[in-house]
Amino acid sequence: MSLYYVQKFLFELNRDGRAQAAYMNDRQSALEGFDLTIEEQQALVEPDVGLLFHLGVNGQILMHFGALHQIEWQDYLQRLRDGIAQHGPVREGVYAVTGYEGVDAHAASLGQESHLDSTHLDSTHLDSTHLAGGS
Amino acid sequence: MPLVFAGVCSHAPGITGRAEQADPRAKDDLYAAFDDMRLRLEATRPDALVVVGAEHFANFFMNNMPSFAIGMADYYDGPIEEQSFLGIAKQRVPGNRNLSERLIRQAMHTADVSYAEEWKFDHGIMVPLHFLTPRYDLPIVPVNINCQGPPLTPLHRSWAFGKALREAADSVPERVAIVGTGGISHWPATPDSGKINEPWDRQFLDEWSRCDKQALLSYDDAQAYADAGQGAFEIRTFIAVSAATEGHVGVVHHYEPIPIFSVGCVTATVDLKSAGTVPSVTT
Repeated sequence: MSLYYVQKFLFELNRDGRAQAAYMNDRQSALEGFDLTIEEQQALVEPDVGLLFHLGVNGQILMHFGALHQIEWQDYLQRLRDGIAQHGPVREGVYAVTGYEGVDAHAASLGQESHLDSTHLDSTHLDSTHLAGGS
Repeated sequence: MPLVFAGVCSHAPGITGRAEQADPRAKDDLYAAFDDMRLRLEATRPDALVVVGAEHFANFFMNNMPSFAIGMADYYDGPIEEQSFLGIAKQRVPGNRNLSERLIRQAMHTADVSYAEEWKFDHGIMVPLHFLTPRYDLPIVPVNINCQGPPLTPLHRSWAFGKALREAADSVPERVAIVGTGGISHWPATPDSGKINEPWDRQFLDEWSRCDKQALLSYDDAQAYADAGQGAFEIRTFIAVSAATEGHVGVVHHYEPIPIFSVGCVTATVDLKSAGTVPSVTT
C-alpha cells in the first residue's frame, strides 16, 4: 500500500500536459519511478477510479483524473459508489461515505428543477479503456 | 493603505462547469449575486486583488506542503482543468511580483509564509475570477491555506495569518482588495457530492458576518467533518478574511444550496466602514 505515491503520480499527471501525453502513449511505462503495488498500478492503468477512491485517493486529486478520461461527472460519482460497494469502505485518508439521497431528490426538496443531462451521461458512460485526446 | 474591499464567495467547479444542469432560477440568482459582488469590488478601484484560496493539489502536495503560501509572480496560468470540465478557457492572469514581495516581506514578520514564483490556478481561484474580474485585467496575489492535506493549518493560525495579511496590505500604498473563497459545508468529489448542511452553513455565516472570533475558532475539524464534510475544512479562508477585517461586520448578499453545484453558494462582503459586531441578515 503506497497511497502517497499513487497520489503523487496523479498530482504530477494532473498539472503537466507532457506527463498526460506520456501516460496516454504508454500508461504502464508512465508509472515507472513511483513505488506502487500491482493493485495500484492496475487501477491507474485501467483506469479504475472506484478502486482508487477505495484505496484512499483524495477526491480533489482523483476528480481531475476522471476528467482526463472524459468520465462525465455523474458517471464519475457512480463509479466511486460502485468502488465502495465492490471493495468496501475507504481504506485510509480523509474520506468517508456518510449517505446522501442524491442530487435529484435533494434539488426537488429545495423546490429546484433538476437538469441532469441523461443523454450526455449515457453517451459518455465510457468503457474503461477510453482515453481523452490531448492534454 | 487600508484594505479597500473584502469579501468571501464560493468556488465549486460545478458553478461554471455544470451551469446548464442547475435550476435556471437558482443559477441566475447566483450569477447575479456574483455580478453584484463584481460591481462592489470595481467601485473600490483596487490596484490588486488578494485571493485567499484553498487550492486542490494544483501546486502544493504532501511532499512539501506549506500551511500558508503567497504567489510572487507577474503572471499566473489557469485553470489546470480542461474547459470541457470547468467551463472556463485557459487564461494568463496578471500578477504583480513587486507588490507580492512587499506583502510577503511584511507578512513574514508575524506569520510563517512560503512564497511561490510560479502558481497554476485551479477552479478554487479561477471560478471567483471568472465572475469578479472577467476581463482578467486586475493583478492577482494568490494566497493559499492548506485545507486539503492533513495535518491541516490550525484555525487560530489561519486567524493570525489573516491579521498578517491585513498588516501587510496596510503597509503598501496600493489599493488592495481581499477575497476569501472556500466551502462552506460540502462533500466535494465524493459519492456524497451534492450533500449540503444548510443549517450548519447558516450558523457559520451568521458567526462570520458578526466577526465572532470566539465562535469561528471554536470549530473542531473532526466535528466539522462529521457535520459538514471535508469541504468544510475550507472555512479557514473565511476565517482569514474575518481576521483581516476584525471589528467590521459582514453582509451575506446571497446564500442558496444548489446540489448540482455541490455546495451552498454564497457571496458576502465586509462593511469596512462599520464598527462593532452587529448581526447581519442572511438571505
